[in-house]
Amino acid sequence: MTASIATSQAILVVGGGISGMTAALEAAECGKQVILAEKTPTLGGRTALLYRYFPKMCHPTCGLEINLRRLKGNRNVRTMTMTEVLAVSGRRGDYTVTLKVSPRYVTENCTGCGDCAAAVSAEIDNPYQYGLAKTRAAYLPHAMAYPQRYVIDPSIIGTAQGEKAKAACKFGAVDLEMKAETVEIKVGAVIWATGWKPYDAAKIQPYGYDRFANVITSLEFERLADPHGPTAGKILRPSDGKEAKNIAFIQCAGSRDENHLRHCSRICCMASLKQTQYVREAWGDAGKSTVYYIDMRAIDRFEDFYQMVQKDATVSFVKSKVAKIVEDKDSNPVLHGVDTEGYHRYATTHDLVVLAVGMEPEANGIKLPDDMLLDSSGFIEGCKGAIGDEGMFGAGAASSPLDVNRSVQSATAAALRAITVIHKTARTEQV
Amino acid sequence: MSNANVQANLSNLARYQNNFLREVEERVEEGHMVKMCMQCGVCAGSCPFGPDWEHSPQKIFMMIRAGKREEVLGSDSMFMCTSCYNCIVRCPRELPITHIMHGLANYAHRLGLAPKGQPTRVFATMFWNNLTKKGRVNELTLTLGLYFKDGLVSGIKTALGMQSIGLAMLLAKRLNPMEIFGGHGVKDLKGFHAIVAKAKEIEDRKKGFTA
Repeated sequence: MTASIATSQAILVVGGGISGMTAALEAAECGKQVILAEKTPTLGGRTALLYRYFPKMCHPTCGLEINLRRLKGNRNVRTMTMTEVLAVSGRRGDYTVTLKVSPRYVTENCTGCGDCAAAVSAEIDNPYQYGLAKTRAAYLPHAMAYPQRYVIDPSIIGTAQGEKAKAACKFGAVDLEMKAETVEIKVGAVIWATGWKPYDAAKIQPYGYDRFANVITSLEFERLADPHGPTAGKILRPSDGKEAKNIAFIQCAGSRDENHLRHCSRICCMASLKQTQYVREAWGDAGKSTVYYIDMRAIDRFEDFYQMVQKDATVSFVKSKVAKIVEDKDSNPVLHGVDTEGYHRYATTHDLVVLAVGMEPEANGIKLPDDMLLDSSGFIEGCKGAIGDEGMFGAGAASSPLDVNRSVQSATAAALRAITVIHKTARTEQV
Repeated sequence: MSNANVQANLSNLARYQNNFLREVEERVEEGHMVKMCMQCGVCAGSCPFGPDWEHSPQKIFMMIRAGKREEVLGSDSMFMCTSCYNCIVRCPRELPITHIMHGLANYAHRLGLAPKGQPTRVFATMFWNNLTKKGRVNELTLTLGLYFKDGLVSGIKTALGMQSIGLAMLLAKRLNPMEIFGGHGVKDLKGFHAIVAKAKEIEDRKKGFTA
């Protein structure tokens, strides 16, 4: 018996970061129908929250803008923000996916004028500054947000603040009655580009991330260096706003550790090397970066970047996994440990400590379909079934700890696999 | 190439053969885990002994790999370990560091290479001999033995310094002076000795010692 098993030729891409956008666009530009579902109110993911990329030290806004232009110019992609996957059933070529769309409380009429934000005084932790700053409860996620549409935080719904936002909108775009919806869609293939999250640094007890203000994560440091960040690009330390010139970078903060993340997160060495150049950019020769490492892993062909940083007189390297951090009376972090090159015991004071935190799959916090295959760290390896029979794929940092460049490669590969599924299942075949 | 030259070349290579790591792997308790160390230094930095001992675990493991047999087995560091387990808890590769240190101490002791007069080693030996005699620890003879381990004069000094505690324990019936005459043992002392002897026999067989 032969029959076509495809009930839908559309591809669902879960996650709207750099990987999801890439996978969606690559498939769409091949003529496939794509639904791009993103959990948060904007596309761009964690990439949009970086200050610069390595190794070229260019700004993520550039790459994102190109992708956003491609997206705006393509009719095949349907972008759904504030949308989560609740359930997936069916099989290759014939999946039924249940999506939950959370209310944004702002409709398509929004022009992005910002009158609602000006009218509201309630504040929430700004998720786009990793909690380093507050934002109004009616907000545009960030300058690169797509769609360029405001969001109203659920915390002010049903309050006078919510009514103020509604009253302030000249275009009637605020809809406080908006409710969460559940949508069921049919797709032929699914690409999981759910990305990554920083490892919870507070779990590394001896480093005192939860106790010491001047111990921050590498993601927070990106925000400190960014002109759109909480300090407008000035590297000021959190405890007293003092200029942080003598900065320690601790590698493998959570990674390569059986007590935390057993995998090497691969990007953090390059990220810290990159960040030493933020310090140089900010303070010139007066800046001082010290990288504490087990061994430097300048992945792939980035050894020349490492060598460039090694030549920088403001950067020094200490081969040692820091054993513990204590704070002196002036809130300066003091690093204790033993240097492997000579076994010298050190107690070194810095202005600020940046923990190069590991990458954990974001999917560790959400429920994936049962037939997904995960590795021991939770990264997506593929889906169960015979080789060539899969209809769901991991892409980007959801599948492995990858930098932006490799995420894009991985996403393009996933798009091709998804297209193959659509082509194969659209034709009749033996069943 | 002459036969003599071949032999010379081979003997030149001998120093590259890291037999000590293999020896540790095979004969020291948990020794097979030594090669898992990636020299990050967290054990050394987390040890409460800090700078007060010569060889941190990190250093000992590197020395094993470097084939420094005499230095490792003659080190007193293994005997300084207080078994706080900080290193085991923190080790990113889950090496049973405390156990390896104890294994090395035991191995060095059995070979007679451990430092003579190292107080922990002296006490541990004294404790074991005291315990195995009657199957119970005789606290009085153990304590006195410890007092006099460095000679008569220092023993008398220590004993005098501790006399108020000794008297208080006597009054509280926590110290029986009659124990000095051998003390009391376990019920089946003969059986106990047989158990210890058998255990030693098994351990010797497993570790390749001739008693």
